[in-house]
Amino acid sequence: MEDKKLLITPAPHIRSGDTVPGVMEGVIFALVPAMFAAAYFFGFAALQIILTCILACVVTEALWVYARKKDVRAYLGDGSAVVTGILLAFTLPPTTPLWTAALGGIIGISLGKHIFGGLGYNVFNPALVGRAFLTVSFPSLMTNWVFDGVTVATPLEHYAATEYITSYWDLFVGSIGGCLGETSAILILLGGAYLLYRGIIDWRLALGYAGTVVIFALLLGRDPIFHLFSGGLILGAIFMITDPVTSPIGRKARWVYAIGAGLLVMVIRIWGAAPGGVLYSILLMNATVPLLDRYLPDRIFGEVSKK
Amino acid sequence: MALKTFKRGTVAPERKEATRNQAIQKSSVPEKVYLPLAEGPGEPAKPVVKKGDEVKAGQLLAEAQGNWGLPVRASISGTVEGIVERALVSGQSGKAIVIAAAGEESSPALEPLGEKIEDLDPAAIITRVQEAGILGMGGAAFPAHIKLAPPEGVTIDTVIINGAECEPYLTCDEKIMEEKPEEIVKGLQILMQATGAKEGIIGVKGHKKKALEGLEKAAEGLPAIRTCALADKYPQGAEKMLIDAILRRRVPKGGLPFQVGVVVNNVQTAVAVKEAVLDGQSLLKRVVTVTGSGVNEPKDIEVYVGTLAAEVVEMAGGLKEEAGKVVHGGPLMGISQHNLDFPLGKSTAGLLILSEEEAHLPREWECIRCARCVDNCPMFLNPISLANFSQFDRLEDMERFSIMECIECGTCSYICPAKKPLVQRIILGKGALRAAQRKNAGRD
Ligand code: SF4
Ligand code: SF4
Repeated sequence: MEDKKLLITPAPHIRSGDTVPGVMEGVIFALVPAMFAAAYFFGFAALQIILTCILACVVTEALWVYARKKDVRAYLGDGSAVVTGILLAFTLPPTTPLWTAALGGIIGISLGKHIFGGLGYNVFNPALVGRAFLTVSFPSLMTNWVFDGVTVATPLEHYAATEYITSYWDLFVGSIGGCLGETSAILILLGGAYLLYRGIIDWRLALGYAGTVVIFALLLGRDPIFHLFSGGLILGAIFMITDPVTSPIGRKARWVYAIGAGLLVMVIRIWGAAPGGVLYSILLMNATVPLLDRYLPDRIFGEVSKK
Repeated sequence: MALKTFKRGTVAPERKEATRNQAIQKSSVPEKVYLPLAEGPGEPAKPVVKKGDEVKAGQLLAEAQGNWGLPVRASISGTVEGIVERALVSGQSGKAIVIAAAGEESSPALEPLGEKIEDLDPAAIITRVQEAGILGMGGAAFPAHIKLAPPEGVTIDTVIINGAECEPYLTCDEKIMEEKPEEIVKGLQILMQATGAKEGIIGVKGHKKKALEGLEKAAEGLPAIRTCALADKYPQGAEKMLIDAILRRRVPKGGLPFQVGVVVNNVQTAVAVKEAVLDGQSLLKRVVTVTGSGVNEPKDIEVYVGTLAAEVVEMAGGLKEEAGKVVHGGPLMGISQHNLDFPLGKSTAGLLILSEEEAHLPREWECIRCARCVDNCPMFLNPISLANFSQFDRLEDMERFSIMECIECGTCSYICPAKKPLVQRIILGKGALRAAQRKNAGRD
């Protein structure tokens, strides 16, 4: 055996079965129930938008990876562009023209992800960047709630216009107006339960975000359940604030990030432009992540108190 | 009873089936042994024999140097062939005394210190532990007598015997606990006598039922000694994690176990202490797990210290055709070797031979900042940030994020979905920081 080459590698010599594509597949799987809900409530239009977004994201990703001269197949294999596509679609109204949806995907992946260096280096959540771009560029398209001749305005807008509070049951189970992924809180939560079980998302982020909204609403004498289940907050709490790449790594930093975003939601909803709370709260807090991680190091094992 | 454990960490696969249900096999006397002048952090010993000398097993070959140094004793009887510079473990090389076997095993070179443990003089025990060349046999190779003599004014109230054996694949400690529970308990009593500790606790994973039962039986009628069933988590066998799990005491940052009144010793170390003190037997043999899919007959073997790895692997049926990697130690902290031409030391707990297929590490992805490395680090560190700081030589940041506290357990690299070589970079970073600090100290 002496002439046989033995492999030299650094420890550890065994690794867990989790991989980046495995994580992304888990997220996609968790999004499936909510995709069914979108298809159920909005029919074929919803599926068209979802597929368009996925396609736009994947193709854009492939072009960027190719331009960087990296192995396209290997890098697309991580599945993150598919996740971005689905999430972007979930933030769009069912009336969104397909070209607009595609543009959102192209911009999200390009400006939200690849100008920063691609997966792992982006500061902002790409899906939310895409959505924010569309909101700014095509405000009327993004608030067109007349679908199949019926108005499907989001409960928050409905409330803003008429002070009408959608029934809790509708908020929770679905059959309410809104964006594709906003309709059925219970199916989003189902996906969330799966992600928690798989250890893919951090409960601290979801709880810190949603919990802050509830507490803040209670303090201000608003209806906490309404605030929790409307405006895509559940979608945001399960799938957006928990995006690993754009949330902090440190534990303390994660709490501050999630609670900060929760506060921003309410500030925006109550004193600002009501419907955009989730979108902007997360994008704004994304920007603070490098600072939070740098200046809020965790207390380590055996450390008594901070100097 | 609820299983005790520490915070964070991970669950690693066990993979201990191959050797778990076999008895320890005794090795025959090897043709040659190679005894390094230094193992562990102490100074190299000073040889007192020369080429051609006849020596008996247990005889002193080299004298201990400095406080931390340990003597070298012949592990077999035979002729001194010389002192050579040769490859030792982990790609390092150093001086080793070579002995060619000849003659019978002989009686121990040291006298027993006494019979009744409670009459033994603590200082004499500590001296004996050093004379017998005992060091941390769990892998750390820390000189045992140093642990037993904490600084003036420190009270040790508890001695913990580490039977966690949390590295996957390895079963040598488990076998020792099953086969020699009385020796372990006696060793623990001696360690308590040496340190003045009031309590002795043997920590064993809860599912190692046979080991636990045997130890409990051996400790019957000894109110100061008990076992503690631990959860199956990695790295449960790390000293700080073990103390936290059993006593809920946290060794302060940068500190050592004595600061919380505890001394921790491995189960095999406890047996070695018992043999040195009550039998006059120096540390000449140890049990090593030879296992993995690349070896024909995985087993636990009691080997003579200094036997070449190649010979030990032959005792386990030899390498398989598909063997692709040899690891000294366990799979999570062990070090891969270029070949089998190195002698096993007193701190060698395992030889893990992986097949070529298992030998390759999985492909790396970009870090997705999932924070699993943070959430699983038993020292509550931020592995990915530390690894990045290390890569870019950001010494100040490494220090600010407490890089020196890393116990190099490898949990972070193990758990990372992007398969980043985190602990490797952190170890490099620690080295860089240490070097920089030395340089600064020199300048002042
Ligand atoms: S576990 Fe790996 S992928 Fe996750 S944050 Fe740590 S280094 Fe990055
Ligand atoms: S940073 Fe160090 S202590 Fe923490 S998991 Fe990694 S190797 Fe273990």
